[in-house]
Amino acid sequence: MQLIKDGAFIADPWTHVGDEDALPGAPDAGVIVSLERWQRESNELIASGRPLGVQLKSGQDPSEIARDLEKLALVGLEFPAYRNGRAYSYASLLRQRYGFKGEVRAVGNVLRDQFLYMIRCGFDALEVTDNITPAIYAEMIGEFTHSYQTAADDRPAVMSLRQRLAAKNAAD
Amino acid sequence: MYRYDEFDHQLVRERVKQFRGQVARRLSGEITEDEFKPLRLMNGVYLQLHAYMLRIAVPYGTLSSRQLRKLAELARKYDRGYGHFTTRQNLQLNWPALKDMPNLIEELATVEMHCIQTSGNCIRNVTSDHYAGAAEGEVEDPRIICEIIRQWSTFHPEFSYLPRKFKIAVSATEHDRAAIRVHDIGIRVLKNGLGETGYEVWIGGGLGRTPIIGKKVGDFIRREDLLSYLEAALRVYNMSGRRDNMYKSRIKILVHEIGEAEMKRRVEAEFEEIRKEGRLQLPDEEVERIRRYFAAPAFETLPDQSAELDAEMAKDEDFAHWVRQNTVKHKTPGYAIVNISLKPIGGTPGDISSEQMEAVADLAEKYAFSELRAAHEQNLTFAHVRKQDLRAVYDGLSAAGLATPNIGLISDQIACPGLDYCALANARSIPLAQEISERFADLKLQHDIGRLHINISGCINACGHHHVGHIGILGVDKKGIENYQITLGGAADEIASVGDIIGPGFTDDKIVDAIETIVMTYLDIRQEGEIFLDTYRRVGLQPFKDKLYATH
Repeated sequence: MQLIKDGAFIADPWTHVGDEDALPGAPDAGVIVSLERWQRESNELIASGRPLGVQLKSGQDPSEIARDLEKLALVGLEFPAYRNGRAYSYASLLRQRYGFKGEVRAVGNVLRDQFLYMIRCGFDALEVTDNITPAIYAEMIGEFTHSYQTAADDRPAVMSLRQRLAAKNAAD
Repeated sequence: MYRYDEFDHQLVRERVKQFRGQVARRLSGEITEDEFKPLRLMNGVYLQLHAYMLRIAVPYGTLSSRQLRKLAELARKYDRGYGHFTTRQNLQLNWPALKDMPNLIEELATVEMHCIQTSGNCIRNVTSDHYAGAAEGEVEDPRIICEIIRQWSTFHPEFSYLPRKFKIAVSATEHDRAAIRVHDIGIRVLKNGLGETGYEVWIGGGLGRTPIIGKKVGDFIRREDLLSYLEAALRVYNMSGRRDNMYKSRIKILVHEIGEAEMKRRVEAEFEEIRKEGRLQLPDEEVERIRRYFAAPAFETLPDQSAELDAEMAKDEDFAHWVRQNTVKHKTPGYAIVNISLKPIGGTPGDISSEQMEAVADLAEKYAFSELRAAHEQNLTFAHVRKQDLRAVYDGLSAAGLATPNIGLISDQIACPGLDYCALANARSIPLAQEISERFADLKLQHDIGRLHINISGCINACGHHHVGHIGILGVDKKGIENYQITLGGAADEIASVGDIIGPGFTDDKIVDAIETIVMTYLDIRQEGEIFLDTYRRVGLQPFKDKLYATH
């Protein structure tokens, strides 16, 4: 497994911690916990002063952590199977509705042909299999120059580009 | 019709390149068939019983003659010289080789066509009224909003891995030819009291193994808000639709399980939030830009009656017969809508050869503003033909074997490809449609029977829309033997209904007799002016049941 963050392949500074596992020794190490553990231990976790992340399973709607988001630096969203696209909506909601500025990380079945859709929905971190190279990532992200619709990224919709082009042509 | 600008062209070109890469990965063995499956399914490539099948999108059923010529050429070059029009206004090629597909779609792109989202669990090709722009009483051309929806839904990052496929249909007349109440979302264009254009939205209709008529959730969504509303509905579905069982994954099951009121509440709550964000508000400029592409052609000012036509009809009974059966009143005086039957007696519903496509393209160029439509009944339509040209159009169609005067009659059946092609099917559909059509080949008899829609599906997935046939036939597998169940009283129009199962099914050597018994019973008991559906709605199942199971 490797991590792509903002397009760069980096060593993962975060640790996934199981529900029964002890927190890592280094007191400033960021931890990603399940929603269940977060709900059980949020006070202790906040008191630890570490960077905190919560990982949601498919079926756990981000509204469940909407009020906690300012205490979180990361939200992980699981893709239990490539076919299960719920997390695209979860990520979109985190960015568009809740204005979450921290890391939104895709975990689980993260296929190369889905990278662009994930980025467009507001994921800025992808946990990918080891066979993915920077060249493959760049190719997958760069396959389409324009998009017809707005999403959680900052790409303008083709509709807006057309209007700009028409305005430019009118000015020329 | 809509023409691509530089943005549309670029997107389709990039799609060709992407798919070429995906096919190369499959052919080199870098990915397995399993891994390739989600990729090919985003591009209309199915693995059928005998071969790969390619489904080409015909957005809202509108084609130019140039596009049809290209389809003829591709069917000849990469397939066996014919194509098949489907109930979703698309065209399928049954035998292309996987290695040829990248070149095939590259050639399609040269005529502004593609296969994007003709399969997979995404928003499929938007369908509409095949009389768009020609129908009387139309609020506006429904293809304007169809094209806007096509663009919005193309590669939508949030809605490309939905629980299941998602079909949207749009109609702009009171009489519904687009079957909007049996779609995941049905949209009816209408005007409010102030004369503003907006949309009535139906949700959760569908056929398949659980046929359900849609529920009206939006009475009047304003034009600028439609995409916000659709995004809200899709988001609710994407987050809450079931993913544990593919047969319970369509939006109709969600609506059924949480109830119509709760669905409406959730969609409206999400809609309010999205509307506040403002990012999906539809600008008037874009609507007007697209509207210009669908401006009416330059109709001549003509008297509604054509002396030439009347004279020809008086002279030639066959021609007169075709005019009465296959043409429909146009909103402009002196013009007619012409339906081209792809249901010759004994033929395969929806099939058309390359030569026939070229003949149709020629006629479209001479007499129909170079444009035609695919109808969900698996026929073609010339939307605008001068009445005085009907004779020439008829002669041209006759020469190509395309003038069967049976639109709306018993031999104008809808049938899925069935066990002859499809990997999912339990039973054959095409041979049955052929037998029924031959049994009722006598046109005089067909006329006497009147409007009667027989729809045939070769399995429970209902691609042949059997639930909404006046007579529906469903092929099932009963201990290894094909068995056909009959339903009566279905309809897909503005008084949509799901047919009722009449009783135990019939084997393939008995089913055509059973259909004949039902039809003869109707002829016996009908009242003046009734079509089959009227009689059925008046008397119900019993008289048919009595006759059918007494005889067989």
